[in-house]
Amino acid sequence: MRDVSIIGVGLTPVGEHWEKPLRILGSEAVLAALADAGIEMPEALYVGNMLSGQLSHQENVGALIADHAGMRGIEALKVEAACGSGGAAVRLGYMAVAGGLCDVVVACGVEKMTDGTTSVVTSALASAADAVFEGEHGLSFVALNALLMRRYMHEYGYKRDDFAEFPINAHRNAATCDHAMFQREISRGAFERAKMIAEPISLLDSSGIGDGAAAVVLAPTDYALRHGLQAVRVLASSVGTDSVAIHDRHALLRLEAARISAQKAYAQASVGPEDIDFFELHDAFTIMAALSLEASGFAAQGQGPRLAMEGTIRREGRLPVCTMGGLKARGHPVGATGVYQVAEATMQLRAAAGENQVKGARLGMTQNIGGSGAIAITHILERLV
Amino acid sequence: MTAMRPDRPVGIVGYGAYVPRYRLKAAEISRIWELGDTHLPIQSKSVPGPDEDTVTMSVEAGRNALARADIDPAGIRALWVGSESHPYAVKPTSVIVAEALGVGPSTLAADWQFACKAGTEALQAAIALVGSGMGQHAMAIGMDTAQGRPGDALEYTAAAGGGALIIGPADEAAATLEASLSYASDTPDFWRRPMQHYPQHAGRFTGRPAYFKHVLAAGRALMDDLGLTAADIDWAVFHQPNARFPQRAAREMGFSSEQIAPGLLSPAIGNTYAGATMVGLCAVLDVAQPGERILQVSFGSGAGSDAFLWRVGERIDAVRDAAPLTSDYLARTCYLDYGAYVRYRNELIMH
Repeated sequence: MRDVSIIGVGLTPVGEHWEKPLRILGSEAVLAALADAGIEMPEALYVGNMLSGQLSHQENVGALIADHAGMRGIEALKVEAACGSGGAAVRLGYMAVAGGLCDVVVACGVEKMTDGTTSVVTSALASAADAVFEGEHGLSFVALNALLMRRYMHEYGYKRDDFAEFPINAHRNAATCDHAMFQREISRGAFERAKMIAEPISLLDSSGIGDGAAAVVLAPTDYALRHGLQAVRVLASSVGTDSVAIHDRHALLRLEAARISAQKAYAQASVGPEDIDFFELHDAFTIMAALSLEASGFAAQGQGPRLAMEGTIRREGRLPVCTMGGLKARGHPVGATGVYQVAEATMQLRAAAGENQVKGARLGMTQNIGGSGAIAITHILERLV
Repeated sequence: MTAMRPDRPVGIVGYGAYVPRYRLKAAEISRIWELGDTHLPIQSKSVPGPDEDTVTMSVEAGRNALARADIDPAGIRALWVGSESHPYAVKPTSVIVAEALGVGPSTLAADWQFACKAGTEALQAAIALVGSGMGQHAMAIGMDTAQGRPGDALEYTAAAGGGALIIGPADEAAATLEASLSYASDTPDFWRRPMQHYPQHAGRFTGRPAYFKHVLAAGRALMDDLGLTAADIDWAVFHQPNARFPQRAAREMGFSSEQIAPGLLSPAIGNTYAGATMVGLCAVLDVAQPGERILQVSFGSGAGSDAFLWRVGERIDAVRDAAPLTSDYLARTCYLDYGAYVRYRNELIMH
C-alpha cells in the first residue's frame, strides 16, 4: 500500500446558497482544491453526497460535477453513506491512491439543503435511519438523537445544561472562521433558553443544515515530495459499521461503528488517542459529540460531557474539537461535512488556520458519522514537516 | 428603472381603514404549541369575527373612503379588490362590494391576486384608469383574512384587515401622487396551490432574496427617479409581514424609526397581507400634515413590490374626521383565547 497525502484543499462558505445549484457549488470547491495543489487534471473524482436525489432531483452527481469542472472523461462517482458521505468519499479517494490505481484524485463533498421546505428536508434526512423500523414510525433524526440523549442523561445522571459547553465551544471557534455558517458566539443563557425541538434536544444542541462543498486532492506522499508540494500525510483511513436501527444495537449508548473505525485507525497509524492533538468530531447533536469522544477512546463510558465541562475541548485545551465550528456552527451540509472536517484538519496541520490555529498540532483526527451511528469514517492526518 | 406617471395628475380623494376588533396574542399561540415566548414576531394579531370576510371588511373600509371622498358612488368607474382570501374561487368579491356601496352599475369590477401586493396592484390600475381619463374616480381595496396553518410560523402573523383608497383628479385630492414604480421577478418564496387551504413558504428564503430584494429595489428606484432621499420624505410605510422586516428595510433605506412609526401596525395587528400597506397608509394619512411626503412600498410573494410617493394636500384636514381613524380600530380590541380563535376561524375538525 502506498503512503498517501493531501496536497490541496478547497471549500465554499457553508450557508444558504440559493443561487448556486449542486454543480456550481461542487465545482467551485473542486477547482479551488486543484488550484491549491497546483494540479490541472486529476485522474478521478469521488463526490460524497446524500440528498441530491431527494432534494435536487439529481443523481449522477459524479459525472455532473466532473463535467462542470472541465474534467469530462475522468472517472467520477457519487458516494453515499448518509451524513458520512463526505468521509466516505475521502476514504474512496484514499483507497484509489493507496492501492496504486490512481496517482492524483479529488474527494469532494457537496450538499444543497436550503431550497426545500423544512418538512421535506426533515423527511429526506430521516432516510438515513432504518426506513422499516424507524422511519415508518415517523422518527425524525432529532427524535432518534433525543431518545439517545434522554437515555444517556438517565443512565449517567446528567442534566441538559451539562452539554452546554459543546455548542458554546463550537460557536466560539466559528466566530473567527470565514467559511462558518454561524460566525457568532453563544452564551450559556442562550443555550439554557433555547427553543426545544424534541426534548431534551433544543435548537442549540443541534447542528445547522446548510449548503456547501469542500474538496481535497490526494496523491502518493512521494509524488508530493518529489514535486515539492505542500503535503499533509494521511496516516490512517478506516470505516466501521453498526446496525442502522438503534433498537438493534448491543449497547444503545456505545457508538460501535465509531469505536471500530477509531481502533482500526489507531492501529494503522500506530498511535493512540493520547497522541491526537485535535479532533474534528461529528457533533450533529451534542449527544453525538459526547458519544463520539467515548467511542474513540478520549473519555470513559459516560464521561464524554466532562471533557466539555472541564474545558478539555477548547482550542487551548488538551483535545480541541470542532476547531472551526464543527457541525454545530460551521454548519452541516450533510454529505459534504466529512470533507470539510478533513479539509479543516489539513489547514490546521499546515499551520494555516489563522486565529483558529491549534498551536503545535502534529496529529489530527476526523470522524464522520452516518445515521444515528450506523457508519463511522475516521481519518488520522499528520503534519509532514 | 424609471418611475411611472399618469397623463393627468391624480391623487387620493378618499381613504378608509378597517381592522376587526378581535385579537390573538402571539404568546397565546406559543402557549399552545409550547414554543416559548422568546423571539415572537409580533405582540398580537387581528382576527376576523365569525361573520366577517374579505367582502364585509371591504365594505367597511369602502364606506369610510366614500365618507371622506364625499362623492356619488354611482360615478366610480372601477372597484377592484386585491386579496389572498376572496370568499369565492369563481365569483368576484368586487361586484358584491360595489353593489353594497352603491358603486356602478357602469363600473369595472374585478378581483386581483398577487399575494400580499394584490391591493397595491389594484391601486396602480386605479391610478392608470383615472390618470388616462377613462374615468373620474376608481376605488382600490386591499383586504385579507389571511391563512396560517396551525403550528406553522405563519400562524403567529396571518391577520385580517386592510384599506380602501379612492383615486380621483389631483385637484380633488387629499394627497397627490408624485410617481409610482413596480418591480417584479419570478421568485418562489411563498405560494398556495388550488384547493389548498394553507399557503406554503420557503422559510428564510422569504427574507433577503424575496422581501428585501423587491422592497429595496422598488423603493430605491422610485426615490432615485424623483431625486429624493429619506431626509426629503416625512413618512414611510413598508409591507409588514412581521415587526422586524419593515424596520430593517427602513433602516437600510435611511429612514428613522420615527418616520415609520405611524404606519407600522404589524406589532399590534399582525400581517394583513394585501391590506398591509393600504391600512398602513391610512394610518399615516390620519396624522400627516399638508406638504408632507409619504413613501408606500408593498411586497407580494412570488414576487414583486409597488412603490408610491404621495404628497399630502390641504384637503387632508377637511376629510380626516369624516370617518373613523385607523387608531380607533386599533384601540377597539377584544382578546380571544386559542379555543375561541379556532372556532372563529372555522378550524375545528374532530377526527
